Amino acid sequence: MLVIPCPYCGPRCEIEFSYGGQAHIARPEDSAAISDETWADYVFLRDNTKGVFLERWVHAHGCRQWFNVARHTVTYEILASYETGAKPPKLDFVTQV
Amino acid sequence: MTQSFRLPEGGLIDRSHRLGFRFDGRDYMGYAGDTLASALLANGVHLVGRSYKYHRPRGILSAGAEEPNALVQLGEGARSEPNLRATQIDLFDGLRARSQNRWPSLNFDIGALNNGLSRFLPAGFYYKTFMWPASFWMKYEYIIRHAAGLGEAPRERDPDHYDKTFAHCDVLVVGAGPAGLAAALAAGRSGARVILAEQDSILGGSLWSGSGETIGGEPVQEWIATTRRELEGMEEVTILTRTLAYGYFDHNFVALVERVTDHLSDRPAALPRQRLWKLRAKQVVLATGAIERPLVFADNDRPGIMLADACRTYVNRFAVRPGKKAVVFTNNESGHLAALDMAAAGINIAAIVDLREDPMGSASERAEAAGLRVVPGSAVVGTGGQRRVKQVHIARLNADGTQALAAGETLDCDVLAMSGGWSPTLHLFSQSRGKVRFDADLGCFVPGASAQAERSAGACNGAFGLSDCLAQGFAAGKQAVKDAGLKIGRQAGATPRAGNDDFLPARWTWEVPSDKPSGRAGKAFVDFQNDVTANDLKLALREGYQSIEHVKRYTATGMGTDQGKTGNVNAIGIVAAAQGREIPDVGVTTFRPPYTPVTFGVFAGRDVDGLLDPNRKTPIHSWHEQAGAVFEDVGQWKRPWYFPKAGESMSQAVKREVKATRESIGIMDATTLGKIDIQGKDSAEFLNRIYTNAWSKLAVGRCRYGLMLNEAGMVIDDGVTARLDDFHYLMTTTTGNAAPVLAHLEEYLQTEWPDLDVHLTSVTEQFATATIAGPNARALLAELAEGIDLAPQALPHMSIRDGRVAGIDARIARISFTGEMSYEINVPASCGLALWQALMTAGAKYGITPYGTEAMHVLRAEKGFIIVGQETDGSVTPIDLGMDWIVSKKKDFVGKRSLTRPDMIKSDRKQLVGLLTDDPKEILAEGAQLVERVLPAPPMPMIGHVTSSYESPNLGRSIALALIKGGRARMGQKVQASLANGGTIACTVTGPVFLDPEGTRLND
Repeated sequence: MLVIPCPYCGPRCEIEFSYGGQAHIARPEDSAAISDETWADYVFLRDNTKGVFLERWVHAHGCRQWFNVARHTVTYEILASYETGAKPPKLDFVTQV
Repeated sequence: MTQSFRLPEGGLIDRSHRLGFRFDGRDYMGYAGDTLASALLANGVHLVGRSYKYHRPRGILSAGAEEPNALVQLGEGARSEPNLRATQIDLFDGLRARSQNRWPSLNFDIGALNNGLSRFLPAGFYYKTFMWPASFWMKYEYIIRHAAGLGEAPRERDPDHYDKTFAHCDVLVVGAGPAGLAAALAAGRSGARVILAEQDSILGGSLWSGSGETIGGEPVQEWIATTRRELEGMEEVTILTRTLAYGYFDHNFVALVERVTDHLSDRPAALPRQRLWKLRAKQVVLATGAIERPLVFADNDRPGIMLADACRTYVNRFAVRPGKKAVVFTNNESGHLAALDMAAAGINIAAIVDLREDPMGSASERAEAAGLRVVPGSAVVGTGGQRRVKQVHIARLNADGTQALAAGETLDCDVLAMSGGWSPTLHLFSQSRGKVRFDADLGCFVPGASAQAERSAGACNGAFGLSDCLAQGFAAGKQAVKDAGLKIGRQAGATPRAGNDDFLPARWTWEVPSDKPSGRAGKAFVDFQNDVTANDLKLALREGYQSIEHVKRYTATGMGTDQGKTGNVNAIGIVAAAQGREIPDVGVTTFRPPYTPVTFGVFAGRDVDGLLDPNRKTPIHSWHEQAGAVFEDVGQWKRPWYFPKAGESMSQAVKREVKATRESIGIMDATTLGKIDIQGKDSAEFLNRIYTNAWSKLAVGRCRYGLMLNEAGMVIDDGVTARLDDFHYLMTTTTGNAAPVLAHLEEYLQTEWPDLDVHLTSVTEQFATATIAGPNARALLAELAEGIDLAPQALPHMSIRDGRVAGIDARIARISFTGEMSYEINVPASCGLALWQALMTAGAKYGITPYGTEAMHVLRAEKGFIIVGQETDGSVTPIDLGMDWIVSKKKDFVGKRSLTRPDMIKSDRKQLVGLLTDDPKEILAEGAQLVERVLPAPPMPMIGHVTSSYESPNLGRSIALALIKGGRARMGQKVQASLANGGTIACTVTGPVFLDPEGTRLND
């Protein structure tokens, strides 16, 4: 069970959180103007990264805030957490953003 | 029975505390401090089980967690527990246990015929034999499970209770042998929060197995006692005995199970049987010790053949002689230590058969000095004896140890103590994702690079001398404190000192050569529990299974309840030798939790029965109970399903409730609907984006129905939202969906539209809601309402006003899920019951009738109103439901773009329609499959399924809703529906609205 550093509450057990998938997926502003394929990519396709992955979590049983986490999908090490809307921190081994 | 194998003195047992116990129907005595295994051995009982596949007689092999053979069924009836290791069961008065996997009895077991048939039961036998026909696998499996059984799970309900607890510490020390105790001392003296977990009932670990050792000049027993006292005196140190750290998970999360009352004859009812510790440790010290390995030689599995160090443990810790005459077979110094201690206990040592040409080391020197007969450069090549070893055959080996020369002498004995070296207990280290590496000198895998905040110390780290164990433990304890960010003061003290003999030198012979051709010698077992022999491993290799993981799966070596604790390294060595590879190239199989089996009860903990899930009840619940309501679970809520009168069936009750509502007035408890209070100046814009329809023009005091989609365009919720004020709305959600909908709204607000000024609050539990519906609803409400104009033009359908009802502040919404004129009266939750009673009293003259969820379903289905989760299943769009009218063409909303994806506009998507059975009395089953034409036999193309189906008293016939491919183009056509009895019935496809399509009743 992971320890997840909530930017608002501090480190807490994983059972207090819900997972929200890949972070920094921009919702298309003008969805009518984009192709079916682009929209389907946005709705359905996510990266399956081996390495550091930027992902969303929500402190569902705590402050109920969404935030982002940089987690290594092999070691499960959590390298950083930061507020929604903030830029990801500079990490040496970020493989993708 | 006398304990004829008990030594007259010594041991860590309380001779003043005699305990009676029963094994396989016979009564025995033991002492406090015994395990079941030591007490059985004290009574001369070695035969305790039959093996899994060949049903060979098996005895106690070990004195610890690694035991593969001595698995027993402990206790009786509901408290019976299978597959427990006799070596780890603390003896208590009145203990009852029996052997497993034997029929009809342990001494005469009919399954032992398998042993004679073993030529026909090679590795992979089951895979090869029970392949065909595939449809028979279920039958085969049944037979196999009965033939090759372990213990039995009790059929009765578990009468015990279990606890769970969370804990945090600076330093967790796993194992309280010399290394663990030294680590706990060093860490504890710094003031750190330390938890010391030991699976055994006592502290000291391997120190109790030896004899004559000292630490810091005092006998080890005294050092243990001193250390324990010091640790107990430390406020921040918690000592947990009988506590197994069974799993090491991410981020230093370690799971432990504490056996709280298992060892007691009288178990206080207030105490849990076991307790699960969910422990988060800043730093971990693994001091889990090592497990001795058997030697792999012909017929190495007879009762009386034991691990050498186990023999030592039984002599020194339990004051039990494992036999009268022993042969020791070893490839290292440990065998000599066992021989010395057994000799000191009066056991006749027939010989120490040593694989080494020239045994060297302090123990072999002492054995020689003691006059024990040592037979070097030789091996045990066979054994005799049926239910107990009686002879061993020994033979000299050639110079490189690869061949046994002509058969040598035969020695009589009743115990054979063997040592094939030691394997560090790496399970937790490996579970923490630490990498193991092979140490060729030690002949075992040892910890390599760590992945988590842990370090290994002592024998589990390849340090087998006592002094090294203490030094590593002490250093690890100090380092752990430092790594936890705490300070080590001067008070840490000095490292305890002791002697440092280890088990080396050794001669690694993974499979002992035989004097007979392969196949003629007896079986040389590698994995005792799964009856896997050296030949089985080699057969698997010949058949093409090259990876050690494949060999494991094909032969089952390393599986079962012991997970190969004694056999795995030998198996890897034999595979490596057969492949001509080095052991590191073969690698190890994965160590998985739990270390030893953990009972399910401890995972359930207190989360059973009423505590499994919250039971949510409305403030009106007590009234429903008194009225005899039958409840159904809707999410966590208990909702009245129907209110039967005396002698009424469900169908009769529902019919009456539905009729009364359509003809006069019904009343329903609608408290459970989710209610979300929405405030802020962007609330209307927020609703625009969340719902499919437009909200900007909704006037204050009016209500609107909305459909909520996910981004894929699928319906996830629906409900009515009211505008209470300029920037204030009240959203209702389906009962089971209140929490997910709130989460959905919060997610979009926070992550996509943080610029919107909107605030969400769940107010579900702040209000109680009574819904009155039917032609007399307005007349009844008029009697009780104050300060509110109920006239149709003042309070039309889909409007909301504040006022007072029965003297209670109320928010009255005129909305309808039944198709009748209907008012939802919301009052503070604490006033819900009073409101309900007032409505019932005043409504008596109209025959006011409480109705439950079933009548509500019938009423709404007559109107063709959907229920999200019933007409929808996550793959249904508003278009599929025929609800295009509520989907805005102008504004954007969540999921809108998906509705025009090519897959979403296909004409053969399943669409919501009504279904009328040809026989109006037939009520379809919800979920029934639909076809166009019934073919003589399946398969036939399914075109849809029934989503809702009821008997409609107002229509005098059955009605159903269904999702059918291209359903709206099939109006008036026939489809065939499956019936529960296997038959089919023809139905006509209709529109989904069966009653009052113009809505005159609800707009009245």
